[in-house]
Amino acid sequence: MSEVAEKVKKIVVEHLGVDEAKVTPEASFIDDLGADSLDTVELVMAFEEAFGVEIPEDAAEKITTVKDAVDYIEKQKAE
Amino acid sequence: MSAELFSLAGKTALITGASGGIGAAIARALHHQGAAVALSGTRESALATLAAELGERAHVCPADLADPKAADALIAAAEAALGRIDILVNNAGLTRDGLALRMSDADWQTVLDVDLAAPFRLSRAALKFMLRRRSGRIVNIGSVVGSTGNPGQANYASAKAGLTGLTKALAQEVASRGITINLVAPGFVETAMTDALPEDQRKALAAKIPLGRLGRPEDIAAAVAYLASDEAAWVTGAILHVNGGMAML
Repeated sequence: MSEVAEKVKKIVVEHLGVDEAKVTPEASFIDDLGADSLDTVELVMAFEEAFGVEIPEDAAEKITTVKDAVDYIEKQKAE
Repeated sequence: MSAELFSLAGKTALITGASGGIGAAIARALHHQGAAVALSGTRESALATLAAELGERAHVCPADLADPKAADALIAAAEAALGRIDILVNNAGLTRDGLALRMSDADWQTVLDVDLAAPFRLSRAALKFMLRRRSGRIVNIGSVVGSTGNPGQANYASAKAGLTGLTKALAQEVASRGITINLVAPGFVETAMTDALPEDQRKALAAKIPLGRLGRPEDIAAAVAYLASDEAAWVTGAILHVNGGMAML
């Protein structure tokens, strides 16, 4: 697992208080991890802070799974 | 834990418009209840005088909320001064009265910017911190004219009515996180704003108030102190009218 993926997983576990094993790449924040819409906003803000990236609202809307978040952040970091 | 009702001991509060009559009374009331306060406003010397009067637990954070960038900066400054913001009181406001037919776009926009957009921006910035802490209080200061209208105040009445909508929408968005957002709607209160009215108009105003007098800033401050307290934990999205019975809404 990449460094970004590790960190994303840690943030998700901490924020949503879910079991680490449930935080698979395909896991949907809302459908699988019990997040509500406000949680997803808070997660995006936590990612922005942890990785020093900016995630605009139209991009944030498309981040629905753990993998979506990792991919977006890695792409931003590479640029 | 304090046995005292409505204690704000250990809490922190940012009050905008604290150099004005109602704002200063709110700052005094919250401070009296034990809160550390950050006083914001455009008149730095008036804020410094109030801070000196309050003594300990008082910080000055000047800001001109007509500048859209000022809101984020003010929240950051107050978080730094206070350590955190438990209570945000959106009290700052101004008027640019005139009959609508003769009202300039500038006078419309200035009032909407300071009285409605600034509370939105301040709330948005403060809520980021409150969400993380799973607690917080926002008290907006509206006006009776937001419900009743008032000739010559199309801009002000619109902004204050908008603040009611903002209060209720935000209250629903963050209620699950233990954050409450309420609005105190003052009637006609003795301040520099009402002092500007001619004496006969002031008398006519008092005659319309069942409780027989204009409000005092302390009447408004007490309502804010209640909504900021732990005892108001089950109150959110509420409009508390404090108007001497002038409009029973």
